[in-house]
Formats: sequence, structure tokens, C-alpha cells
Amino acid sequence: MNPRSITEQYASKHGKIYWLLHDSSVIAWRNLLRFKRNPEVLFFDVVQPIIFILLFAYVFGGAIDVGDSSYRSFLIPGIFVQTIAFAGASAAIGLNADMNSGIIDRFKSLPMNTTGVLLGQNLADLVRSVITLFIMSLTGFAIGWRISGGFTNAVIGYLLLLAFGFSMAWIGSTIGLSVSSPQVASTAGFAWLFPLTFLSNAFVPTETLPTWLRFFAEWNPITSIVAAARYLFGYPMEVAPDAPFSLQHPIITTIIWLVVITAIFMPLAAKKFRKATSR
Amino acid sequence: MSIAIQANNLVKKYGEVIALDGLSLEVEQGTVFGLLGPNGAGKTTAVRVLTTLLSPDSGTAIVDGVDVLKDPVHAREIMGLSGQNASVDENLTGIENLIMLGRLFRLPKKEAIIRANDLLERFNLNDAAKRIVKTYSGGMRRRLDLAASLIAKPNILFLDEPTTGLDPRSRLMMWEVIQNLVNEGTTVLLTTQYLEEADQLAKKIAVIDKGKVIAQGSADELKTQVGGERIEVVVSLSQSQAAAQALQSMSSGKVVVEGDHVQVPVSGGGVKVVEAVRALDIAKIEIKEIQLRRPTLDDVFLSLTGHHAEEIKVEEDIAPKKGRR
Repeated sequence: MNPRSITEQYASKHGKIYWLLHDSSVIAWRNLLRFKRNPEVLFFDVVQPIIFILLFAYVFGGAIDVGDSSYRSFLIPGIFVQTIAFAGASAAIGLNADMNSGIIDRFKSLPMNTTGVLLGQNLADLVRSVITLFIMSLTGFAIGWRISGGFTNAVIGYLLLLAFGFSMAWIGSTIGLSVSSPQVASTAGFAWLFPLTFLSNAFVPTETLPTWLRFFAEWNPITSIVAAARYLFGYPMEVAPDAPFSLQHPIITTIIWLVVITAIFMPLAAKKFRKATSR
Repeated sequence: MSIAIQANNLVKKYGEVIALDGLSLEVEQGTVFGLLGPNGAGKTTAVRVLTTLLSPDSGTAIVDGVDVLKDPVHAREIMGLSGQNASVDENLTGIENLIMLGRLFRLPKKEAIIRANDLLERFNLNDAAKRIVKTYSGGMRRRLDLAASLIAKPNILFLDEPTTGLDPRSRLMMWEVIQNLVNEGTTVLLTTQYLEEADQLAKKIAVIDKGKVIAQGSADELKTQVGGERIEVVVSLSQSQAAAQALQSMSSGKVVVEGDHVQVPVSGGGVKVVEAVRALDIAKIEIKEIQLRRPTLDDVFLSLTGHHAEEIKVEEDIAPKKGRR
């Protein structure tokens, strides 16, 4: 029998996983093209990280006392984490914009794996995070921040930050697919990130918080990743002997958090996407 | 002739609203099938079900031998869809869109690029290939969207209101493109609210209203269904009864007089006009106006549903909105 389309000829040549990765890479390429043409994205990815580093370092730098390590060393990993976490909102906004345009019907009518739309979006965001981290590191370097934990640790630190961004993106994706308009997506995409990043050790030591907030802050995944990053970049925080597991073992806690978050929100977002239709 | 698209008793409800109420249709391979109806009649819902975008509550759909409901992924491999809203990425250029979609249609990179260029040329878009789609006119977007649906060279094509919102020139261009596709052997199911469009393109037309097929056949068959042709004569008011008498013998039905208008159902076409002129001349009745009228599809719609096709345009197309989330 003659093939009924070109697709029919090629589709059977590879397995499901191959096509998922293939589709994700095509969508990632498409999203990076979109970012390239969007000046707002340039601002978020390049200018904002620089502003954040300089702002926190010079405005708060003198005012906040964090004990024996200098505030800048304390601060920079915190800003890394905050900025990477905020990139999760990009998934919310991007996917919601797709949902509200005709393109979603196109994707759904294709023989592609539709999870590739989500994965592709998040892979593209990962590329942006790499750029953002690079720029922030350079800015930090310019104002005197140094990596002093060794090369391997630093590489692990950066990888952990990217993995963190990836898992945050799935929460962002779920939010973006749950709300009706891009405006709501942009608000809702950021709203949850503020309490989460500020109720952590990103900018202030958790010891200063009242007890009930302190418990939240100590088990906050942001706290774990910030503590892990500080350790890996060579500025470990002092940990009291009675501190909870999350502070004693920040790297393991972070990895557990990343796995749990991704395991919950990736299938949730994929399911929401399959159910959703445009308009 | 084999059947390329077959829908059987499709039902889709949104709460109280019945979007599809047992819709059935059969499309012959290599022909254009027109799904005609006003907004809200269920046309888009029908296309969305047939193209796997929507699951019906009950019923079956087979496209080119593939069960759409049981094997949606395979179904997507063998059909093309061009929707009501041009479904292309506004932030990419024309060629980027086609390459992206080609790759998602499983084409290897090189082939996707070749195919994209071919299609841009075919649809007269090569000059705009490297422009961002945002800058395209409505007609260009529609052509790009149609090109996108043809990337994998599918045998079956679904076009949901392919010319809605287009200017007359773009519409004619689109008609030509569709005609060419059919000449090459593609089976096309298109929806339209333009009676003229179905008349022009479709070999067979199904008129749908409230989610159901209310009449089916060729354009001519549908027109015959409302009484075939008629001659309309305008004479002076005092002579209209006399005219009716003079024309009764040549009529194929009952002659109707409305003021100075006399309507004479006939069969036989232009010859009958000559006959009518002679008969009136013999009876010494002066003709102010005479014409042979073939019923339009609007007449068909009116006689089938009791309302004009356009009258209920304001009704919203409920289906897609409620489908969200």
C-alpha cells in the first residue's frame, strides 16, 4: 500500500522517546527564535541580572550582617537562585501565550508528541538560564565575588542551579496552563515566587526569623538550593549542630526537592496540556 | 469510488448545548465535500472531531481507513488541517514556520527545508519567506496556514472556513489552490458559510443545522429539492392574472402571482424563457421584466430550515470556547 503521507513513511523509523526528544528540540529551537526577537526577554535575561547583583550588593551590602563571611559572597548565590526561580515564570507566560493563539491547534493536529511542546519550552528556558547565570557570574566577579570551592564543586553548583530552574519551570508550566489569559499568567507566574524566595535564606539568615516562619524557611526548597550553592561555590554557611536535616545536608535535600517537584508537576502540566484546547 | 472520510452518528454535548446531534457523512475519495451551515451549526465541532482535536461523546469516525478515535496519532499522520484562525507562529518567519512544522511532521531536516521552499513558491510567498508572520496580510497568513497543512502531502485535507474574512481576490486565489489540490487527487472536506463557495468547489454538499445534516447532495440536487428553476415575469398589475393564465400550460407546477410578479415553475431552462415570451406576446401582454431564476443555496437553506443562512449568524460558535481546559 502506498504511504498516505510523507509522515507515514518516517514516523515508524524511530521509537517514542526519540520522537519526544526530537519534537522537544524543534520546539526549543522555535522558542529560542521567539526570544531572540523579543526585546523584553533580552532585558530579563541580560539587564535584570546585572541590576539585581549591583542593587543587592551596594544597597543592602552594608546594612545586612551575616556573620563572618562577607555579604557579597553570601548574597550572590541567593541572587542566582532567585533569578533562576523567576525564570520559571517564563514557562507560565510562554505556554499561556501559546494556548491563547491558534498555534496550539496546529501542534495538537500534528503527529508530534505534545509533551514536546512543554519540554521544548522548558529546554529553551534552560538555555536562557545558562546565559543569565553567565552574566550574573561575570557581574559578581566584577564586584569582587570569587569561586573558592574548587572547579568540580563549582560545576556541580551551576548544574544544580540549572536543574533547579528546570524543576521550577514545571510549576510555572502548570500555572500557565491553568489560568485563562497571558496577563493572569504573568501575575500568577510571579506571585508565588516572592514569598518563596524571601522566606528563605537567600537574602537574610534564617535565624533572624520568628519560629513559625523559620520552620517554613528551613524546609523551603529555595533555602536548600541556596545553601547548597553557597557550599559548592566555597562560602559554606555556619550550621548549628541542632539545625534540621535540610540545613545539615543541603545538596541531598535539594536533589530530593528537585526530583519531587519535577515528578509531581511534569505529569500534571502534561495532562493539563493534553486536555486543553485553544480559544 | 472508495470512501475517504466517514463519520457515523457523531454526538457532542456541552452541558445542555448539543453541538453535534448524530452527524453522519461520507466523503468520496478525490472530491471536495462542502459542509455548509451558519455559525453555530456545528461545522467547526465536526472538523475538530474528525481531526482528533476533540473527542465526541459517541459515534465513530474513519479517515482513509484509520479510526480517528482509536488511533488518533496515526490519523494525524495522514491528514492535513487548516483552521479558521491561521494556526501559525506569528513571531517566526514564513519559512521558519514551515520548517518547524515539517520537522514536527517527521520530515528529516533537509527534506523539511526543501518542502518549505517548494510550498512557499507554490503559494506565492517566496518574497515574504523571511518576514515575520506578524507582518503578513490576512490572505498571506491563510495561504501559509494552508501550506503548513500540506507539508506531509496528505491525501486528506480538512479546511475549516478557508476563505472567511478574505477579500474577493484572495478568495478566488484560495479557490484556485483548492481546485488544484483536488485535481491532484486530494480529498478535501471544507466548511463554509458562503453558499457560493460550496456551490463553486464542492461536488457534494451537506447542509447542517443544529449539529445535524438536514440535506445532502450535489448543489444541483439541493436546488432541485426546492423546486428547480422558475421564470419570473414582471407585468403591469392589471395584466398579471392574464399572464398567469397564459403561462399555466407551460408550467411544471402551480403559477404564483404576487402583485405584478408572476412566478412560473419550469423545467428545461432557457428554451422555456423563449416559450414564455411567445405565449405572452400572443396574449398581447407587455413584459416589463423576465428572468430565469435558479434557486440559490440560500433558497435551499430557507426552505430546509425556515430561516435564511445569514439570519442566525450572530449565534456564537459555542463549541471551542467551552472546550478550553
